[in-house]
Formats: sequence, C-alpha cells, structure tokens
Amino acid sequence: MSIPAIVIAASCAITAAIKAVGPVALGGRELPTWFTSVVILLSPALLAALVATQAFANGDHLAIGADTAGVAAGGLVIWRTGSIIACVVLAAAVTAGVRAI
Amino acid sequence: MEAGFSELAAIVFSAIVFAGSAQFASISIVGAGGGAGAAVAAATLMNSRFLPMSAAVGPSFSGGPVKRAAKGQTVVDASWAMSSRGDGTFDQYLLMGASAIAYVSWVSGTVVGAIWGDAIGDPSSFGLDAVFPAFFFGLLLNELHSRRSRGVAALGTLLALALVPLTPPGVPVLVASLASLVGLTNRARAEVLERQEAEGAPR
Repeated sequence: MSIPAIVIAASCAITAAIKAVGPVALGGRELPTWFTSVVILLSPALLAALVATQAFANGDHLAIGADTAGVAAGGLVIWRTGSIIACVVLAAAVTAGVRAI
Repeated sequence: MEAGFSELAAIVFSAIVFAGSAQFASISIVGAGGGAGAAVAAATLMNSRFLPMSAAVGPSFSGGPVKRAAKGQTVVDASWAMSSRGDGTFDQYLLMGASAIAYVSWVSGTVVGAIWGDAIGDPSSFGLDAVFPAFFFGLLLNELHSRRSRGVAALGTLLALALVPLTPPGVPVLVASLASLVGLTNRARAEVLERQEAEGAPR
C-alpha cells in the first residue's frame, strides 16, 4: 500500500471510532444534571478555542495575519447586526482585501 | 497535485475522512516527507475534539448502538454547534442535515480543487480561510449570555493559545474543552436543575 492509502485508511478508521464512542456509550440515556451542565458549557469552550486557534495561530505558532483582521471585522458585524451571513462574507472580503494590499 | 497525494487520493480522503483540518495536517506531514505514522497521529490529534463533541450529542441520538454510532459520524464542528439547543441536548436531525449539506460541498469542493486547482489559484487570496473562524465567532457570540459562559469562553481561549506553541495542532482545542468542567460546580448544576424545574419537564 502506498503511504497516502495507509494514511487515508488509518485516519478514516480512527476518526470513525472517535466519533462512535460517545454515542454508543451514552446514547438513549437520561442526562444526569452534571452532564447537562458540562455540555451546555462545551459550546463556548470549543467555539472560543476554534476561533482562537484559527484566527491567532498558524500551525504550531501564534500569528496575526490578514485572517485575524477579517475575523475581527466579521465579529463586529455580527455584534452590531446579528447577521451571520454578513459576518462571514465581510470576514472573507476584509481578509482578501488586507492580503491584496 | 502537491504533497504526494494524487487527485483521486485527495477526493477519496475528503469523501471518507471528511475533516478539513485533520486532512491538511496529515497531508502537510506526508508532503514534508514525514512517515505515515506521524501523519496518522497528527490527524488523530486534530480529530480528538470530536470525542467530547460526540459524547455531548450521544444522549440526543435515538436508535440502537449501531445506528447511534453511524449518526455519530455526522458530528463536525459547524453542524455540532448549530444543532445545540443550549440546554444540553441537540437536534439530531438538524445535525445530520447540516452535515449532509457540508459533506456534499466539501467533497465537490475537493473535486473542483483537485481537477482545476491550478486554474483557480490560491484560495487564501479570496480570504476563504477566514470563513470558518468568522462563522464560529458568530455562533460563539450567541453563547455568551451568562457570566459563566463568558468566563468559560475566556478560559478556553487562554488554554488554546497557551498550548499552540507547545503541543501538536489539535491538542490545544481538545484541552480547551476541559474549560467546560466549570459546569461541575455546585452553582452551575443548581442553575440547570432550577431551569429544568421551571420548564416543568425534568429530563
């Protein structure tokens, strides 16, 4: 097997297992209060981390770039207008604009 | 196609693994001459955040274990966040529907990129790399309704940024998910109970 084929097969199997563990182990149960309480806070924790690592980092080092400006502009738009579509479109436009300068 | 991945391999990779950041992480390792083991390890770390995400949706899935395991495969960042009802449960149909749309766009985007990529040029010149973080930012702002959730978001941000220079990609986001353990405090649990009783339908 070639290296890409091995990487694809192994990544596929491991990712499928990661995504199956929780639903198989916890499915069809009533939620205990502590679980609900943690899950409610999982969204802000993960979303904040995704935004931070994508806007302020480049692989394994912290970096501010055109995309940082774009995301900041998008954040401003959604805060003022509440439109997530305008937020995403402006973020891409500002990023492309800053990069073109 | 760069990185030693043929057009077909890139398309197959997108169709069955369906996780952008993990694909880019492992492709860049293979492209830089790294081994298959390192590439798979990188993809596993990038996808490790799906462990807490799919555990969170687990109780919201109906059906037997096999069906639930299959539904778990539809967990991706954007649809996971969109399908959260904010009370600890998830809309499983919204999750699967949003992922189906994302899946079709992702695979067709890969096909277009693999075949006509050279003609299109660098996607970053269109600012496309800002689309996902901006979208997540928008979803995040909707989550910041309480002091506790704002604190958790701040803690998650700090944990993630502190770990970026120290750990392989993927680990910062996984560790940042631990900020949600603030939910184990007595006050957080008491508020959940209060709200459930106010709604009259304890789960």
